[in-house]
Amino acid sequence: MREIDAAEITKTVTRLFIEANYHLTDDVLEALQRAQDTEESPVGKEVLGQLIRNADIAAKEQIALCQDCGAAIVFLELGQEVHITGGDLNTAINAGVREAYETGFLRKSMVFQPFSGRVNTQDNTPAIIYTDIVPGDKLKIIVAPKGGGAENMSRLIMLTPSAGRQGIIDRVVKAIDEAGSNPCPPIIVGVGIGGTAEKTMLMAKKALLRKIGLHNADPEVTELENELLRRINELGIGPMGYGGRITALAVNIEVFPAHIASMPVAVNINCHSSRHKEAII
Amino acid sequence: MNNPEYKPNNLPKIVKLPLTAKVIAGLRTGDSVRLSGVMYTARDAAHKRMVEALEKGLPLPFEVKGQTIYYMGPAPAKPGRIIGSAGPTTSYRMDIYAPRLMEAGLKGMIGKGQRSQPVLDAIKMNKAVYFAAIGGIGALMSKRIIKAEVIAYADLGTEAIRKLEVEDFPVTVINDIYGGDLYQRGKARYKIIA
Repeated sequence: MREIDAAEITKTVTRLFIEANYHLTDDVLEALQRAQDTEESPVGKEVLGQLIRNADIAAKEQIALCQDCGAAIVFLELGQEVHITGGDLNTAINAGVREAYETGFLRKSMVFQPFSGRVNTQDNTPAIIYTDIVPGDKLKIIVAPKGGGAENMSRLIMLTPSAGRQGIIDRVVKAIDEAGSNPCPPIIVGVGIGGTAEKTMLMAKKALLRKIGLHNADPEVTELENELLRRINELGIGPMGYGGRITALAVNIEVFPAHIASMPVAVNINCHSSRHKEAII
Repeated sequence: MNNPEYKPNNLPKIVKLPLTAKVIAGLRTGDSVRLSGVMYTARDAAHKRMVEALEKGLPLPFEVKGQTIYYMGPAPAKPGRIIGSAGPTTSYRMDIYAPRLMEAGLKGMIGKGQRSQPVLDAIKMNKAVYFAAIGGIGALMSKRIIKAEVIAYADLGTEAIRKLEVEDFPVTVINDIYGGDLYQRGKARYKIIA
């Protein structure tokens, strides 16, 4: 049994949320640079250039890339040999979120009672926390601040088995077409296929954490990712929806077995400001 | 690609705020524009309150006639800065309120993303204009804001109404008074039909 102090978890969560909000990851930056080279639309090229300039300013001046610093989503992989001391895990994470959003000058975007009062919680908590218990004696923390504009374009589509592969392509492409300029393209598209309604939504979200350029290990899924990316980029939406060749930077699919009656499909979209950061304690 | 009507707007138009009828008439879908002057921020919660005030016959917290609203809720300012990251939010959430404000005299809207048909109709009818700013470049946009002051609904925090003074604030005309729509035109131009 290895002991991890809750205070260390708080400290790590604080650091990760600030870093994620100030710095685009290298894979996203490189993808934006490649997109700028290949984009044919002059306006689209100009937009991509501004996205790269913005990342440069945010990193140099240590300010948020985007005013929407996101809902605080946290994925944990908790080793079953770990014993957390000095406080409880969820409280420690929320303390880290509170500290990050206050000291990092990040926008607090969470409100109580979504259907009536909508009063800001003032510290961007509660975090949205998912915990997987895994073998080992370490704790992996992935933070993924998620903006509202892209999240609002999410879809859950309860397809049935007869829809097949083509049914998935048609519905995912339609979801991106309808989202249009709203989710701040060029986007990253996370897709979940299989499982149940909630399982597939979570897979779609987790798929957004994958580095751009990496594919699903299953070649049949990789092929579907490539086909979807091609079809989405044929829509012509382009950077910020002003028209162009680059609507998506990547399509990442996660697959899970499904019930004999079901083929759930989930779409979760990340804006170009795809922010996530991880650490292992 | 060969549409002769299309010209890339490499040279931005310089526009002073508040907008005048003459300036609005000269703006065309696709124009790149640099705005300077005063604008007001409002997003979901402030729009709801403003339209509720109008319904009750109460005055708005600022004279909306001829003004421009920026759909934006900033990140907090670091010490020594005027404002934090300050890019546009998605506009369609304001669609239910926007026609009422245009009826009250609102002339300019800045946000991102496509608008509903009632908003597009109201833009033509009231001779207003819808600009988009690039989403997700709030760090860069914050540098074009030279003054920011909360003037109403302070309890809403980031969603309060702010009076901003901007300089060379980069936007693009999406919907002009002639019925043009950059999102539709841009997409049609680059769509590949298999």
